[in-house]
Amino acid sequence: MITPSIKAPPLGTAIKPKVSGEDWIMRVVLIGIALYLLITMVFPLYAILSKSFQTDKGVFIGLDNYIKFFSTPALFWSIQNSFFVTIITCLIVVPVAFTFAYALTRSCMPFKSLFKGIALIPILMPSLLPAIALVYLFGAQGLIKGALLGHDLYGPIGIIIGESIYVFPHVLTIMLIAMSTADARLYEAAQVLGAGKIKTFFTVTLPGVRYGLVSAFFVCFTLVITDFGVPKVLGGKFNMLATDIYKQVVGRLDFEMGAVVGMVLLIPAVFAFFADRIAQRRQVALLSSRAVPYEPKPTPAFDMAMLTFCIVIGAIILAVLGTACFASFAKFWPYNLSFSLNHYDFDLMDGGSWDSFFNTLELAAWTAVIGTAAVFSGAYLVEKTKGFETGRGIMQFLCMIPMAVPGLVLGLAYIFFFNNPGNPFGILYHTMPILVICTITHFYTVAHLTAVTALKQMDPEFEAVSSSLKVPFYRTFFRVTVPVCLPAILDISMYLFVNAMTTVSAVVFLYSPDTALASVAMLNMDDAGDTAPAAAMGMLIVGTAAGVRLVHTILSRGLLRRTQAWRYR
Amino acid sequence: MTATTSSLYLKAEKLVKKFGNFTALNDVSLEIFESEFVCFLGPSGCGKTTLLRAIAGLDIQTTGTIEQAGKDISALPPSERDFGIVFQSYALFPNLTVHRNVAYGLENKGMLKPDIEARVMELLELVGLPDQGDKYSAQLSGGQQQRVALARALATSPGLLLLDEPLSALDAKVRSHLRHEIKALQHKIGITTIMVTHDQEEALTMADRIVVMNHGVIEQVGTPNEIYDHPASPFVADFIGTMNFLDGQTAGDNCVALGGVNMRVDGTQQADDSSEITVCIRPEDVATRGVDANSENAIEATVAELEFLGSVHRATLDINGDRALRFRADFSANLMRDHAIAQGKSVHVAFPPDRLHVFGDLTDKAGAP
Ligand SMILES: Nc1ncnc2c1ncn2[C@@H]1O[C@H](COP(=O)(O)OP(=O)(O)OP(=O)(O)O)[C@@H](O)[C@H]1O
Ligand SMILES: [Mg+2]
Repeated sequence: MITPSIKAPPLGTAIKPKVSGEDWIMRVVLIGIALYLLITMVFPLYAILSKSFQTDKGVFIGLDNYIKFFSTPALFWSIQNSFFVTIITCLIVVPVAFTFAYALTRSCMPFKSLFKGIALIPILMPSLLPAIALVYLFGAQGLIKGALLGHDLYGPIGIIIGESIYVFPHVLTIMLIAMSTADARLYEAAQVLGAGKIKTFFTVTLPGVRYGLVSAFFVCFTLVITDFGVPKVLGGKFNMLATDIYKQVVGRLDFEMGAVVGMVLLIPAVFAFFADRIAQRRQVALLSSRAVPYEPKPTPAFDMAMLTFCIVIGAIILAVLGTACFASFAKFWPYNLSFSLNHYDFDLMDGGSWDSFFNTLELAAWTAVIGTAAVFSGAYLVEKTKGFETGRGIMQFLCMIPMAVPGLVLGLAYIFFFNNPGNPFGILYHTMPILVICTITHFYTVAHLTAVTALKQMDPEFEAVSSSLKVPFYRTFFRVTVPVCLPAILDISMYLFVNAMTTVSAVVFLYSPDTALASVAMLNMDDAGDTAPAAAMGMLIVGTAAGVRLVHTILSRGLLRRTQAWRYR
Repeated sequence: MTATTSSLYLKAEKLVKKFGNFTALNDVSLEIFESEFVCFLGPSGCGKTTLLRAIAGLDIQTTGTIEQAGKDISALPPSERDFGIVFQSYALFPNLTVHRNVAYGLENKGMLKPDIEARVMELLELVGLPDQGDKYSAQLSGGQQQRVALARALATSPGLLLLDEPLSALDAKVRSHLRHEIKALQHKIGITTIMVTHDQEEALTMADRIVVMNHGVIEQVGTPNEIYDHPASPFVADFIGTMNFLDGQTAGDNCVALGGVNMRVDGTQQADDSSEITVCIRPEDVATRGVDANSENAIEATVAELEFLGSVHRATLDINGDRALRFRADFSANLMRDHAIAQGKSVHVAFPPDRLHVFGDLTDKAGAP
């Protein structure tokens, strides 16, 4: 049957699929984004790693820096301090967040969405803000300093309280996701078998969220051990790894020791990252697609207890926010509490300026726009590129690394990499673009995972259909994929925007006088003793983030109504 | 539209598809002719979808070649092949209206707007949805979505239409209705069509030819009648329709021994060496009326069970009380009445020679009754 004109390969030889022009486009863009991650993350990490083995002149000295670190008690005790504070915080926050999530998902208490909203407020704060609020509550001139029973706020107590407030919404979010996947059929089965409420809790509820709990624990662990804002304000003489990096680099200009502390901090962060990934994977495997959502039934006593609990937690969060707000408007705390806008006159303060606020807005806007485009395209290509397994595998791996890298380590790594005279990318140093790049990379992973989740929910055959219709993939990307994923895309942009507004850790090493940022200004003003203006700047950040979030919600509702008409029957 | 009069359109040769160590297609060769409606039929996991996706270029085979319209397409990506496809999920673009879904492939071809408009209307009329163009897919029933997917696949006038279980997400009534519609439509436009299904009724009613697959190989290719009346293997015999499997021995030319009774079999000759064989007959082929001990191929059997199927009763019968010789036969309602058939009663039935199928001894009788 085969006519001579057909050059069919001899039977039995492996078919090498022809790579079409479109496939090449996909691969090239994929490689481009992978290169971006390589240059903005892997190379800098290599730079900081090698720096930790060098003298300040760049001479390789093996483990000498590490030996110095471990033979200086003031330095290595920080490890113990960091772990102590972190673990205590986890032990407090995880059960509290668990109970709060339990109340929101398994009780019939009223005002659930109000309490959820309040609980999520700290996400909009730089971690410096709850710490500053604590100073006004429990500090030397605090409103209720007696409540600490004479203990010093500055030190582990203050740090633990501050961190607890800062990480609470993050842990709560994980718990809520884990709890929302409950399968009502299991509860019915338990009831039929005559299990009581407590027995059901231990045999159905807890096993169902066990991986969520593990994941929450490790996320909490990472956030606290790498956080810099709270210990910076409340650390006092209590040294922690995160503050040590800053002190070594900014205080003593000992970059090599900073690199060593950074590498030491990286180890638990990487470990927690892997533990969290494993837990998350198991949690997903628990999800059965046929699960019937659980509908709680009213139980007055239980609902009342849950409501009381939520009121207490909500009150604490509002008290923190309210105190910071009040302090920022009080003329002269605690002596003259009359209303004044003096503290918002940042240009008069040491280390602060209104420009820094506008810089932050600029940073957040660029990060949201460029970051969302890069992250979503990257996730799309990882998911949809045909063949090219190696490239996709590497890209997938690169996308996950940022989550394991503490901001301080990333920021310091950028100094080593970009401030190297031999580096052509050095022109970026001390500019707005490097802040944008750093922030995108810093928050890449969560945004990437959000995009992947949305893409996985799309029919995998859209691409097959469009290629059969001879429509190039990029057309389908813009006409179908992007519109269908718009809710996720808006979420990603919001996530990047808010985090760019509140982040301190990475950018604290990278700003220049021209690109000072609001969160860094907060830090510097607080350092200089201008606590009230720092609180004012914090309120400005929270207010802006909340405002942008509100506008975002309204806009996206309107946008969704127009572009997502198909969602409503 | 028989296989012999049309010209060859698609030819797959020695296709092998491996997923790691697992061989999903093992040396599959197949010819499909112009304007034919071919069904890939087989149990779940037998490789039907894999074969279809290899033909589409969506998952290219490990080795082996595919020719379409005289052109070697073995290594081409889907965008360089000529086909339209409908998936089980339909994969309609949810954010586009029905109209835009159907127009999707046309807009890209640089067609003029009025031409696109006319073509879309023509297609929507063809699939019976002329006034649903402004709806979104979520606003349509499953059957309607299916038709839109079909219209979209046909829009660019491809040479080959691929359907992967297009009806399996629908309920029984819509399904049988759409079966006829798709078949009529295919006949009307004469497009060469391959449909994947695991529903034998679907394959038997729609296909010009059926490709029966099992474990990554083709068991038989033939028209529905050939497949039903002359299954080429015990697997096909068992998979299509209902079949009795009885242990027997060869007993000379065109003869088998069943439960001590010698029976004539058409068309198969066996050496007279009393070797073990399997004799098959469909329950509806067992002759029950006007049979006595002297009828050809008659055998006496005892009714062990009776099952009411509506128009007929399906009886389970034992020969000589031997469970290995248990078989099923259909009795019409009035035969039941006339002969007062009841459990435990002994009856004479006959196995018509042209209805018996003989296979060499079956080591693997999985699925046999
Ligand atoms: N991407 C893949 N990776 C590994 N194995 C696969 C893959 N796709 C299919 N298989 C395996 O190949 C075999 C054939 O799969 P295929 O999808 O072709 O079955 P099918 O005949 O279409 O079945 P069904 O009726 O369930 O759709 C199955 O055993 C399946 O598990
Ligand atoms: Mg299939």
